[in-house]
Amino acid sequence: MLSDKDRIFTNLYGLHDWRLAGARARGDWDGTAALLARGRDALIDEVKASGLRGRGGAGFPTGMKWSFMPKQSDGRPHYLVVNADESEPGTCKDRDILRHDPHKLIEGCLIAGVAMGAHVAYIYVRGEFYNEAARLQAAVDEAYDAGLIGRNACGSGWEFDVYVHRGAGAYICGEETALLESLEGKKGMPRLKPPFPAAVGLYGCPTTVNNVESIAVVPTILRRGAAWFSELGRPKNAGTKIFCISGHVNKPCNVEEELGIPLRELIERYAGGVRGGWDNLLAVIPGGSSVPVLPREICDTVLMDFDSLREVRSGLGTAAVIVMDKSTDIIKAIARLSQFYKHESCGQCTPCREGTGWLMRVMYRLVEGRAEPEEIDVLEQVTRQIEGHTICALGDAAAWPVQGLIRHFRPVIEERIAQAKTRPMPLAAE
Amino acid sequence: MTDQTDAGADSVQPAHFAFDADSEAEISRVLARYPAAKQASAVLPLLYLAQRQMGRLTGSAWVPRAAMDEIARRLGIAPIRVYEVATFYTMFQLRPVGRFHLQVCTTTPCWLRGSDEVVAACRRTAGVGGFGETSADGLFTMTEVECLGACVNAPILQVNDDFYEDLDGPRTEALLTALKRGEVPPPGSTIGRQTSAPEGGPQTLVGPALAAATPPAE
Repeated sequence: MLSDKDRIFTNLYGLHDWRLAGARARGDWDGTAALLARGRDALIDEVKASGLRGRGGAGFPTGMKWSFMPKQSDGRPHYLVVNADESEPGTCKDRDILRHDPHKLIEGCLIAGVAMGAHVAYIYVRGEFYNEAARLQAAVDEAYDAGLIGRNACGSGWEFDVYVHRGAGAYICGEETALLESLEGKKGMPRLKPPFPAAVGLYGCPTTVNNVESIAVVPTILRRGAAWFSELGRPKNAGTKIFCISGHVNKPCNVEEELGIPLRELIERYAGGVRGGWDNLLAVIPGGSSVPVLPREICDTVLMDFDSLREVRSGLGTAAVIVMDKSTDIIKAIARLSQFYKHESCGQCTPCREGTGWLMRVMYRLVEGRAEPEEIDVLEQVTRQIEGHTICALGDAAAWPVQGLIRHFRPVIEERIAQAKTRPMPLAAE
Repeated sequence: MTDQTDAGADSVQPAHFAFDADSEAEISRVLARYPAAKQASAVLPLLYLAQRQMGRLTGSAWVPRAAMDEIARRLGIAPIRVYEVATFYTMFQLRPVGRFHLQVCTTTPCWLRGSDEVVAACRRTAGVGGFGETSADGLFTMTEVECLGACVNAPILQVNDDFYEDLDGPRTEALLTALKRGEVPPPGSTIGRQTSAPEGGPQTLVGPALAAATPPAE
């Protein structure tokens, strides 16, 4: 169990002052100039050594991502773009960082900026977070006024600007190249890769896109050392993580814990347990809506980290734990996610544009049992034709929840279909 | 994305739109954030400013076509570039909406915690028949939205800029009744929770060193 002294987000719940004075009292902006003076390579090496993997869902090693930026500028500016477009159903961790610990994010931006040769950071905040974006902007203004960022950031000689940019209600803009399109003032439609953003990103310039949490943990990692961070968690799954526990638990909450904590312990220790007790558990979506659902038997023992969840054919994603007890209509719960992906598909790729609507329509028929048993296999096959056949991962994200449902709850679907067949045909209303 | 056709809205489209002094002050700050040759980046912020100005001046926060044309002119881009952005993103209203825009999240985490009751309470108390409709008194428009990103405080209702959290049917009714009276209750948890901490108070971050730290501002 993680102790408070090893928690990074010490104002997670907003009990303390979010402003600069409060942030400084909690250790932010302490000796930042000395950290910057270590230089670009040392900063990247330290982040690599910490084992930090991206906190936005994909889990790509953060230090390695930074190292992809060109070592020398060819005349084009470099950009850091922070992905604060938190929209994955179940996920609400970045919101707490933006509103309660904004200075950790701003300091992280400066350090990451120096490490990748960027003089400008754009923080792309989802549009619905109006109050959170205003709070972040106020913290940015404080940092400028105190000389922590700006012409001579922290007295380091490095010029660094931070700009807050609000999105406008499009889940797809959490995909990094869609986010860049959006930031350029266009529709949020993902770009073909390669070229990757590190070569051709914002305004055609080298760019790195990182999640809020990935950037906000960096100052603490550098102060306490890579070894401190890498000893927390499990091998290749280092450090702490903010978990969001929602759904049918007695006390939904956010909490920062070590990666690798057992799912059951996470739910019972911090979220007051499953409504009606652990035996009343039906299923858990362990990492946000995109990852496959897990039945209770797997939830009994699974550990909450990237590799453990991949072994059970799900994923850590954003560590958003959606708990469903036995009162849940699991088919409807997943059908509602199919509706979400249908709504959020940008419409660019045919398998996704047409497939997400098709999945949704079939899923809602299954909710009522209006289907033939053979259609379950057809549904599974269609998800395979969407998965991997689109420019971005939204098609995959739409396919996986349905695949998880069929893998673990096929008998429930079959029973629903059988029940529907025993009901008399309703008379036409016309 | 969603359909946001402005069919039938022609009769309400104003012939002209001009940014007022409040908006102009903000526009100069916005444009400074982007490189001189990349001013198109400001299209989302300017659409927001137009929508807020309409809300401020008319009580209905929406974006008329004349405002989109003005934004295109200001940014030196073709009007279609503004139209296609305004129709792609769901947060721009291309038709007039009520003074209070009720945005109910019904995605799975909110649905599991009872968003159906929030929707039912909105229908009952706000006097709207369904999603996309505006009440006869012009006070409320109800929209179904996808995940608002506050799932541990589900279910959520966003009213204009603010999130109301941990709702149920009766608390939704109480909120809407207060809005009708002209009161705007403080946003956040409606059951007195400390933000995303568990009900009853945090179990972590309670050590003496942290408890002694500075008190919250505001």
